Amino acid sequence: MIGLVHFLTVAAMVFAIGLYGVLTKRTIIGILMSIELMLNAVNINLIAFSRFITPEALTGQIFAIFTITVAAAEVAVGLAMVFRVYYDRNTVHAARLDEMRW
Amino acid sequence: MFSQYALYHAWLIPLLPAVAFILVGFFLRRLPSVAGAVSICMSLLSFALSLGVGYGIIARNITVDTPLIQKISWVAISGLNIDMGVYIDPISAMMLCVVTLVTLMVQIYSIGYMRGDAGFGRFFAYVSLFAASMLGLVIAVNFVQLFVFWELVGLCSYLLIGYYFHKISAREAAKKAFITTRIGDFGLLVGILFLQILFGTLDFQQLAVHVPAYAMQHGTALLTVVALLVFLGPIGKSGQFPLHVWLPDAMEGPTPVSALIHAATMVVAGVYLVSRAFFLFSVLPEAMTVIAWVGAFTACFAASIAFTQRDIKRILAYSTVSQLGYMMLALGVGSVTASMFHLMTHAFFKALMFLAAGAVLHGLPDKNDIFAMGGLRHKMPVTFAAMTIGVLAISGIPPFAGFFSKDEILLAVSQVSTPLYIIAVVTSFMTAFYMARLLIVVFCGAEKPDNHPHEAPMSMRIPLVVLGVLAIVGGYIPYANHFGEWVRFGLASHEGLNVSIATTSTILSILAICLAWVIYGSGNVTSDSLVRRFSTLYKLSFHKYYIDELYLWLNHTFVDGTGKLLYWLELNFVEGMIKEVANLPLQLGNAVRKGQSGNLQRYGLVMFGAMLIVVAWLVLLNPLFKGIVSGGAY
Repeated sequence: MIGLVHFLTVAAMVFAIGLYGVLTKRTIIGILMSIELMLNAVNINLIAFSRFITPEALTGQIFAIFTITVAAAEVAVGLAMVFRVYYDRNTVHAARLDEMRW
Repeated sequence: MFSQYALYHAWLIPLLPAVAFILVGFFLRRLPSVAGAVSICMSLLSFALSLGVGYGIIARNITVDTPLIQKISWVAISGLNIDMGVYIDPISAMMLCVVTLVTLMVQIYSIGYMRGDAGFGRFFAYVSLFAASMLGLVIAVNFVQLFVFWELVGLCSYLLIGYYFHKISAREAAKKAFITTRIGDFGLLVGILFLQILFGTLDFQQLAVHVPAYAMQHGTALLTVVALLVFLGPIGKSGQFPLHVWLPDAMEGPTPVSALIHAATMVVAGVYLVSRAFFLFSVLPEAMTVIAWVGAFTACFAASIAFTQRDIKRILAYSTVSQLGYMMLALGVGSVTASMFHLMTHAFFKALMFLAAGAVLHGLPDKNDIFAMGGLRHKMPVTFAAMTIGVLAISGIPPFAGFFSKDEILLAVSQVSTPLYIIAVVTSFMTAFYMARLLIVVFCGAEKPDNHPHEAPMSMRIPLVVLGVLAIVGGYIPYANHFGEWVRFGLASHEGLNVSIATTSTILSILAICLAWVIYGSGNVTSDSLVRRFSTLYKLSFHKYYIDELYLWLNHTFVDGTGKLLYWLELNFVEGMIKEVANLPLQLGNAVRKGQSGNLQRYGLVMFGAMLIVVAWLVLLNPLFKGIVSGGAY
């Protein structure tokens, strides 16, 4: 029988993969994709808690839909910025975009 | 009844010129004739009210012991209650009449004198404000009100002396007058604060009760210090040595202003303050001695400078200093009557002489040197007559006004101290001499061919005639009507003329005038030969005993020296410390800014690491999680 702990474990693994991606990916595209992974891990958590702890209330599931919407908007904005950066600097490498320093 | 109305509406007397100042200064400045008319109308009303007050005093028998005081609360906080009000007694009533009369005369005169001047409206606005301040000072009920108007008078003198502000010398003179009097004002302010601390009140009437009681109980040492501090104010304002230096320079203002400053307002404010606060000085013999000697020295000292000056207005200025010294001397020997009497007659004849000098300068523009004038009596008969009356009055020739007041002073002095009496008599002799010199050199002798003098216009002649009449009768009429019974401190003085003193001073004055005639008029002894014989004395006197130079040197040495020292300290100590303090954050910033690499992912890593630490810390410390970590609960 698959229980709450299994879902949480999967979500934690996905979150960890996403975090690793955010910290190590060399391009901004990759970082954005990793952020999506982290958001989805959170969604899994929300759904799992909703399903196993308060099955009669839909709060967690509705919250997940909100998260997906916001994530979509975030990707749109993020990608647009990446395009602008690419046009401007001709690169999408995060390590190269280091003008904001001392 | 008018005098009744005037007595209870005496606050209108300073208010009317103040209204004139606001109207003229802010709205009518561009309309010269309206500006003049408004100012003169207000002064006329003030003068009428003052006369009403004077009449009311006599009719209602208000004496210095039973003054009429009306006041309202101005400042009221715990422990400090200050009123504003009107203090009517014979002294202030006399001052009101004199000030409004001279102001009125000066304003009428200025219509002619200032005609065509670009700042005509401005001039009348300032003069009105000046009169308003002085009148407010005269009716003050306490030291604070007096001090406020005292400073206003100082401000107005600054504005009027610097009236020709495009002239550098006028600007400098205005600054000098303001700063010099401020030195005295500082002392006055400290003195006033002391009085407040000692007595808890600044009201004249209450202080007059408290001060003698305090002196009886606690001795006079501290009070003497306070009184001398208060006296610093009059030293500055009334041009007493050593703060007299601003007064001759104040001649840079227009001549009517000189008449106003030197006759009725400003300079007599100091004398008035001392007589108003006489309850303080009269119980302190040491302070009285200081006042008497300062006055006597100033009188003699200024007269000796006036000997050799060549500028017509400067001679008059030094004679003012000298006469103010006389008034102070009279106060110092305890005679408010004599001092106030001389103040009044002096206001008449000094205003007369200044206005006459103004008429001379009006007839001969751009000439101040008396030796460049000469023979003006044919072309300017009215001015000549006015100046002659003024000179005879100041010299103390009977029956002119100065004779009675000067005799009163000499009498009062002779009863107290012989050395002071001798100084006063010598000064009287010197006064007669240099005034006669002025008269003879300017009006007698041969006419200078390149001078084309003309008599002053009607508006300038009327004040000359009015003041001339007053300079003749202004001494005898008050004398005959028992001036001393009204204007006095303590008991009424009933002393008449002392024949020997009056005769001595009159004979000496006539001798001095004859001597001046011999030297400057007849040509038997030329002044040049005298100058050569007494060249050292001449130089000392001509350069005003180098007082100005001394002050300048002191200023350069001590003020600038202190400034340089402080500048060095500032640069090396204060600024060094500040710099170190400012350096510290800079160094700290330098140390930590290397962390700002600009690399997004490194920031993320740090954030994540920090979060881990915080979470770990919370988990390890929180008893709820203890079970989870040790692996018991699930």
